[in-house]
Amino acid sequence: MLRTFFSWFTSLKLTITCLIAAMILIFAGTLAQVHFGIHEVQQRYFQSWFVWWPTESQGFRIPIFPGGHLIGAVLLINLVAAHWKRFRWAWSRLGIHLTHAGLIIMLAGGLFTDLFAVESQMRLVQGETKNYSQDPRFVELAVIDTTDPEFDQVAAIPEAVLRRHETIKHGTWPFQIVVRQFFQNSRLRLLSGSNIGAAPIANQGPGAQVAVESLPRATGVDERNVVSAAIEIVPIDQATGAAGPSLGTWLVSDALGALQTFSWAGHTWQLVMRPARYYQPFSVRLQKFTHERYPGTEIPKNFSSRITLLDAERALSRDVLIYMNHPLRYRGETFYQAGFQKDDQASILQVVRNPSFIAPYVACVIVGLGLLVQFGYHLVGFARQRRAALA
Amino acid sequence: MRRFLPALIFVCALLWAASSWRPPRAAANDFDLVTVGKIPVLVGGRIKPLDTVARNSLLIIHGKQTAQGAKGEPLSARRWLADTLFNAPVADQDPVFVIQNADVLGLFGWEQSDRKYFCFAELMPFLRQIDEQGALSEKLQSVERTAYQNAVLNLRNAMVLDQRLKNSVQPEDARSFTRELEAFEGGLPAAGKAARQRETGKSFDQTKLNDTAGLIALYQKLSEMAYILAVPPGSAQNSEWHSVGDSLLGSIPTDEIHPVVRMYARMGDAYRAGDHVAFNQHVDLLSNWMAQHQPTAVKRASFEFLFNQVDPFTHSMVLYVLAFLLACGSWLAWSRTLNRSAFYLLLLALAIHTFGLVSRMYLQERPPVTNLYSSAIFIGWGAVIVALILERIFRDGIGAACAGAIGFITLIIAHHLAGSGDTLEMLQAVLDTNIWLATHVVAITTGYSAMFLAGMLAIIYVIRGVFTRSLNKKTADSLTRMTYGVVCFATFFSFVGTVLGGIWADQSWGRFWGWDPKENGAVLIVLWCAVILHARWGGYIRQRGLMIMVIFGNVITSFSWFGVNMLGVGLHSYGFMQKAFPWLCGFILSQLALMAVAAVPLERWRSFQTTAESSRLRAGRPAMKFTPPRLAVETIPD
Repeated sequence: MLRTFFSWFTSLKLTITCLIAAMILIFAGTLAQVHFGIHEVQQRYFQSWFVWWPTESQGFRIPIFPGGHLIGAVLLINLVAAHWKRFRWAWSRLGIHLTHAGLIIMLAGGLFTDLFAVESQMRLVQGETKNYSQDPRFVELAVIDTTDPEFDQVAAIPEAVLRRHETIKHGTWPFQIVVRQFFQNSRLRLLSGSNIGAAPIANQGPGAQVAVESLPRATGVDERNVVSAAIEIVPIDQATGAAGPSLGTWLVSDALGALQTFSWAGHTWQLVMRPARYYQPFSVRLQKFTHERYPGTEIPKNFSSRITLLDAERALSRDVLIYMNHPLRYRGETFYQAGFQKDDQASILQVVRNPSFIAPYVACVIVGLGLLVQFGYHLVGFARQRRAALA
Repeated sequence: MRRFLPALIFVCALLWAASSWRPPRAAANDFDLVTVGKIPVLVGGRIKPLDTVARNSLLIIHGKQTAQGAKGEPLSARRWLADTLFNAPVADQDPVFVIQNADVLGLFGWEQSDRKYFCFAELMPFLRQIDEQGALSEKLQSVERTAYQNAVLNLRNAMVLDQRLKNSVQPEDARSFTRELEAFEGGLPAAGKAARQRETGKSFDQTKLNDTAGLIALYQKLSEMAYILAVPPGSAQNSEWHSVGDSLLGSIPTDEIHPVVRMYARMGDAYRAGDHVAFNQHVDLLSNWMAQHQPTAVKRASFEFLFNQVDPFTHSMVLYVLAFLLACGSWLAWSRTLNRSAFYLLLLALAIHTFGLVSRMYLQERPPVTNLYSSAIFIGWGAVIVALILERIFRDGIGAACAGAIGFITLIIAHHLAGSGDTLEMLQAVLDTNIWLATHVVAITTGYSAMFLAGMLAIIYVIRGVFTRSLNKKTADSLTRMTYGVVCFATFFSFVGTVLGGIWADQSWGRFWGWDPKENGAVLIVLWCAVILHARWGGYIRQRGLMIMVIFGNVITSFSWFGVNMLGVGLHSYGFMQKAFPWLCGFILSQLALMAVAAVPLERWRSFQTTAESSRLRAGRPAMKFTPPRLAVETIPD
């Protein structure tokens, strides 16, 4: 039984099946991009164990095709197992071994990237300095204690926690936050006399005049979710843990730009729903963004951002030019020129942390070499035969 | 006689190709438009000769590089441009605007008839309508537009281009631009004085200010309209090319008009007067001035003029067809003679093709592939070279036939891709890197070449096998060997190219792999190659299976090359072409049909019906000269 299982995992038929399945998956994932945004497609097809149908339903769903992770994993096992079973050293097989070793590195690197790479963006207006980047795909609820004029104390609650409708406590807070309602995607409407029937879900701050309409999750090419939530602030006695009377319910939303404040126990807090932030141990100041065009045309020739890198820990302050195909790599982060805004006044840098970025470079060299050796070996053999045949 | 046939065919072809290298000369009693055609200007961010501007603009407006005048007389691109630049009222009578869409004609209350070319004067009354309708269509994504919306937008763009050309070197309604310029120059100091006096609150001469202010407003309009930047950088004050309007506005503070503006004005005046002697004099003056002040631009522009004149790709296209026919003929009769003739023709075609490719690289200062058009040129070139090497090794006409067919088809594709204007356009910012263009793009495109070549070999196998008796064992085996070798070649280049693309993406977008359509297309080719090779090594497929899979490789490669661009999404969709969609579908269907043909039982293949081979082919695997790698052989489960 175990033997059959093992031999199934080492078979060439499995390899071919996986390769064909991968082709079908990639083809479907390519066509899907006409209607769905790239992140949606990645999650549905490539960064999943199965492709599900129907895609959205909360209830009954069936897997209709293996997803990218499953195919990749099976292929990886298949590769490793086949080599484990049949590895035999011979010069004539050097090419094959190299090729497959490179592929193993590449597949493993791809999996590693999927798990650990973090992508975010840093948007800078000229002259602005920031020490954090943001991920526009996710939000966080920031609760900021502004009592001390010297510094703010910030607690950020990730979207995933809010989604679970939890009661959120924090060591220094004399209150707890209860998530009453959560909207993955929503539309806010200002309530006036005319829309009767719609009721606000909050009773404090601007949220008391706003109705929230739930929308399906955004999946389109240029669509974004507007995450909203109704949160109730309930004071607690820090000694006993007993909950007191509620301070009220606030609406926090991606669509509400302004900060909301509340006070309790002699402290003042601000509430804001904002794109998830990643703080860096250094900061970046945009000196100048340049957008060059070819003379007499609107065709972009180059985008570049002249920035100053400030790192107090390492006593560093230097100017760097980031431009097309020339990113800045610093302390494990890579900054790429990704876009611009506001009549060339603001620059958008893509910030990527990918600990396994080196894997494809290594894999490429090994596989390329392997293919070259393998096919070269064939070619030499063929030429030799041919010469013998002609002689 | 037969011995000399290859040499004879080669010499005839050579003479025919060489005839286009003869420099054209204008008749003595006519406008010297040849010299005009060589004058460098800056359009679309690139210095090019007026000849190129003429050809590309006419291609955009008319769909062809030659037209017919108002009385049906032939109208060359250069003549049309000269009319448009210097004598707009005449140009307005030339029926150059192509309108084929019945709905667009209906917009003007016209019925569809045999006529599809219209002149500007006829369209004049509908300018506002065309502009409004075009603006509406422009708001839509190109994928969403209907045929009518595309047609009306194209018409609007063509008319805008025409109007901009008419206002490029002089105002379109100019009578005597030279005199107007003199008035402008003469009025400038006085007007400047008046303006300064006004600023300081002293009394000033209002009429002097008004005269010149009217001209300044006119030149402001001219500078907004201009399509061609005809005035080269002057000695010191400005370092860029300017349009005539811009240059005139720039002369306000200096009171001096650029000599080139004046020369164009005199040319225009002489042209309108029909005075070819004066025109040619001024053309020579301008040409000499350029040679003196802009020697590099003139050198490049003259070379591009020659390149346009020689038209290398059309010539090699014709030679490829001839070679293909000769190679096919060689399987029927006169095998050695025709085969050799085909080979010589192919060498000539390849030489011309190479000249074209290298010229483009020189003109653009780029590696060979920068857009879809040049990818077609390069795919053909690469496939022809590999096929000719195969022909040298096997000498059976198969390589030659493949070279001819692929060379011809890819150049035809390139020809149709050129419709959008300048094929040497400037590159988007992210592509502005010669290292990656030279490695990633070339490797990927070489992979495409090899895939199509392998596909072509497989098609020859199937067609000769099913429909003729000419596929004997020797030919079948050598075809298989060629196909297998070319697939290996394709695997290598596609893989390396794909990974290099990933590395480029890592360098410029911050991720190695982003599941972008073009990336997916490339990896589909690699995966399919891997499937073919593993299936072959595992013994799951034999000759016919290999051929069927390789033909399917054509489908995948065409999807990767063209199909993904048609999705209109992703980071690589620089060129969207809807018109090619039916052709792509047709191609894919044809390949599927060939696969179906290949799938008929072997005993129905005409080549295998009578030979003793057939039984062996049916019974077991044919003799393969390649030893499949052990790893795979051992995995055969049963």
